[in-house]
Amino acid sequence: MQATAVVNGREPMTVVARSFSVKNDYRAYSSMPPHHLARKNNGLVNGLVKSTKVPRPIVKSRNQLKERVTLVLPDKAKEGADEEQQSHLTYVGNESMPITTELKIVLPEDDVPRGTWPVFRMMDESGRFRRSDAAAPGNSDASTFNNLPEMYDLSQLRSSLISRHPHFAAEFESSELLRPSRNDYPDTRSTNTLLRAHRQMIRLRKMDTILHNAQRQGRISFYMTAHGEEAIHIGSGSALKRQDVILAQYREAGLLMWRGFTLEQFCNQCFSNDLDLGKGRQMPVHYGSRALNYQTISSPLGTQITQAVGAAYKFKLDALANPEKEAAIAIVYFGDGAASTVDFHSGCNFAATLKTPMIFFCRNNGYAISTPVKDQYAGDGIISRAPGYGMAGIRVDGNDVFAVHAAVAEARKLALRTSAPVMIEAMTYRSGHHSTSDDSSRYRDTDEVRRATDVSDPIVRLDRFLKGMGWMDDSAVASIEDEERVAVLRAMEGAEARPKPRLDAMFTDVYHEKPPHLVRQEEELRLHLKRHSIPYH
Amino acid sequence: MILRSAAMSSSSSRSALSALLRRNALGRRQRRRHLPAVPLPLPLPLVLRSHSSAAAASSGSAWQPRRLEERRDRPRDCDYDHDHDRDRRPPIADEPDYDTLGPTSRLNLFTAINSAMRTAMRTDPSAIVFGEDVGFGGVFRCSQDLLEEFGRDRVFNTPLSENGIAGMAVGYASAGGTAIAEIQFADYIFPAFDQIVNEMAKFRFRSGNQWNCGGVTLRTPCGAVGHGALYHSQSPEAYLAHTPGIVVVMPRGPRCAKGLLLSSIRSKDPVVFLEPKILYRSAVEEVPDADYEIPLGKAEIVRTGSDVTIVGWGAQLRTLQATCDLAAREGVSCELIDLRTILPWDSECVVSSVRKTGKLIVSHEAPLTCGFGAEVVATLQQECFFHLEAPIQRVCGYDTPFGLVFEQFYLPDEKKNLDAIRRVMDYSK
Ligand SMILES: Cc1ncc(C[n+]2csc(CCOP(=O)(O)OP(=O)(O)O)c2C)c(N)n1
Ligand SMILES: [Mg+2]
Repeated sequence: MQATAVVNGREPMTVVARSFSVKNDYRAYSSMPPHHLARKNNGLVNGLVKSTKVPRPIVKSRNQLKERVTLVLPDKAKEGADEEQQSHLTYVGNESMPITTELKIVLPEDDVPRGTWPVFRMMDESGRFRRSDAAAPGNSDASTFNNLPEMYDLSQLRSSLISRHPHFAAEFESSELLRPSRNDYPDTRSTNTLLRAHRQMIRLRKMDTILHNAQRQGRISFYMTAHGEEAIHIGSGSALKRQDVILAQYREAGLLMWRGFTLEQFCNQCFSNDLDLGKGRQMPVHYGSRALNYQTISSPLGTQITQAVGAAYKFKLDALANPEKEAAIAIVYFGDGAASTVDFHSGCNFAATLKTPMIFFCRNNGYAISTPVKDQYAGDGIISRAPGYGMAGIRVDGNDVFAVHAAVAEARKLALRTSAPVMIEAMTYRSGHHSTSDDSSRYRDTDEVRRATDVSDPIVRLDRFLKGMGWMDDSAVASIEDEERVAVLRAMEGAEARPKPRLDAMFTDVYHEKPPHLVRQEEELRLHLKRHSIPYH
Repeated sequence: MILRSAAMSSSSSRSALSALLRRNALGRRQRRRHLPAVPLPLPLPLVLRSHSSAAAASSGSAWQPRRLEERRDRPRDCDYDHDHDRDRRPPIADEPDYDTLGPTSRLNLFTAINSAMRTAMRTDPSAIVFGEDVGFGGVFRCSQDLLEEFGRDRVFNTPLSENGIAGMAVGYASAGGTAIAEIQFADYIFPAFDQIVNEMAKFRFRSGNQWNCGGVTLRTPCGAVGHGALYHSQSPEAYLAHTPGIVVVMPRGPRCAKGLLLSSIRSKDPVVFLEPKILYRSAVEEVPDADYEIPLGKAEIVRTGSDVTIVGWGAQLRTLQATCDLAAREGVSCELIDLRTILPWDSECVVSSVRKTGKLIVSHEAPLTCGFGAEVVATLQQECFFHLEAPIQRVCGYDTPFGLVFEQFYLPDEKKNLDAIRRVMDYSK
């Protein structure tokens, strides 16, 4: 079949429709990210083989592709001589699609031209930056650094990393982790972003361990640790801007920490005391802070995903109305389990269709309580769904703080530039129990846990890097751990000693103003407490 | 409107349409403005042509479904508020004074809803309208011409997912915007229940008042329509009313709908706004062109009386109004109360009325068991125990799904309500 395509406004070129296998058809109309299209189709434009004379068009996005490639039927078909073919070309509405005469059902493995989505990584388990495809000696060995960067000098570190690993030059150049802040961070009283990231990952680990134990001792009712996922929190938190709203699931406390939530504030929430911003209403770990632009956690899984689309839509309209203002995105976090909820599907489909600037961040930690991912989905993880929604996506090593940071920073830029969602799937491992109500030894091998934590613990990995740079040694790490442990204990004791919230907080905030029936019900309760001499304030 | 669109899409559309238009109480100008140019692709079953009297007779059936002309969805004035006893009604705080609101237009319910949304969008640049098929005006035409005035970014279609619509509304409001979202039919609100019950309703409380989604208004058409059957007839107000944190509103006619919807959109709490779809075209009223709000949480005494208190909401008010007329002929003076807001409901208004009349009837279309009437009754027996002169009556839908051909039997109509009035009057003889 002959067809003419108008590409990039150039002269119409003659193209010859390839005899399509179903596999290729599918590829042509799947909404694969453009880079895959360009790369994997070997120069096929929307499934059409280009004429050898015409330069290959640069295809940037699927939408552009749609606009620029107009299929014109050969004269024969136009005249209606080949009615069947003509009707086929329009049978899906306005969009032209390639035709195949080969009956072939597409198998899942045929669908993914990339095979399994690769995991983007910068720093490997030994704390070295290595190109995955280059095992060549000397390529990335940190120990062969001739002149180590001056102790704690971030700018020097950045430039030496750039010259040492040109492959990652762009990532290093734009990494906020490698840039000192203008003012001291209040919690570290230093401007060193990377060292703060390192310290906060340790702080989060310590806080989790101590509060987990506090629950075991009966001092708080519940807790969930983020053991093994610290690089996700800190890596992504440091790549976001303050105006970006965070909608999290529950295992993302490090993001709030990065934004400045103090250990005291975490403990006040977990101990449900009078200083808890949530007024003692929610179970521990359901943090939230308007000041830090972090929406309050709710237990029902997935619900935050569709909400993030709404928030991002607001930002999109704000940006249109106020182009000078710094643009914002919404970022929504969810687990591999929550990705099975109805809200995940609605959220992705809404975001891609309505083109909302946002990031869908999946923490794939291998488990949803006891359910391993093999019982959760049959496809290639979560990220393989992104093209189906017409969404860009990247899979990243969730235990590599530099890679997570780079992926989020890049996704953020893309989301704003295209006003569209981007999906990130961060591969990690939940090395703790699901929560204090869970004993994971009942459904997974302790060897499995040990193997995962020994090999790829995110804190150990960053430790190794810093040690390789000569910025840390065992005793320096140990003393950070010690300081953070003491700080958490102090915050916890302070929070535990405080009174519970006042009874008012039970009836307020149901509505903006207390309606008459709640006034009556509160009075009733107070009378009851008085009658039975039950103390409360 | 359903009838009309069905007629329009039939082969004899011209004559059927003009016949319907002749019956339409709208003025000519209005008619031109509000009628869509193309037949509506309504996802509703067509008019029950198959139940012709001949078919029914040949099958030996003892009853026949009501003929078209008898059906309730013909345009009809519903000017409750200009009743003779207007001056005797107790004043309601913050209620608009319609006499001072300036010029009015004759609007039906959908045009009144449209007018409210237009007013809200003009006064609030962050207000957006979205939902399934909302862009072209909505299957009930409530959002017609909004896209032309406010543009694609503020009036748009969403993919077909009710939980997505509700979730998006919550998120948009959480970022400070005003979300006016539409669920195409109340029968399809259930996929959105998680977002309504667990998210929308608890957003403020769970954050300690740091975050809220008060900017949400979820509009949805509800109730019987003549041929809606199981899935185009339901009134889910009781499910919703069991949820602390949301406001549930149902207007009884165009004028009150505009004021209530404007309050709902501007309310600092999330509102589910139920629109009785039977009234979209059939209820016609003089509606102020002005921007006015009717307070939420306040019932309205639609007519004053001394013998029996009758409580209802939404389209049921029309039935109850007719019932009151029938009762008046029997010498019974009824006090008719429209709750308007179902959650939080105005128990004070009902209690003080029942203390006066000593008798109460609650009537709603939704099924009897655990219907919102049960809540009214429970409160009233506690507050008015010594004032009651007769057992409280509930005149409601049956505890069955809403069967297509049985609608006329299912509905708590005038006769059933009149019987209830006679029953309670017997007690005080
Ligand atoms: C709608 C809903 N269903 C079930 C639960 C109970 N639940 C809480 S956490 C959880 C597992 C979630 O797993 P995942 O999304 O992978 O997150 P992770 O815990 O691994 O961080 C379940 C089933 C819930 N909170 N909400
Ligand atoms: Mg998980």
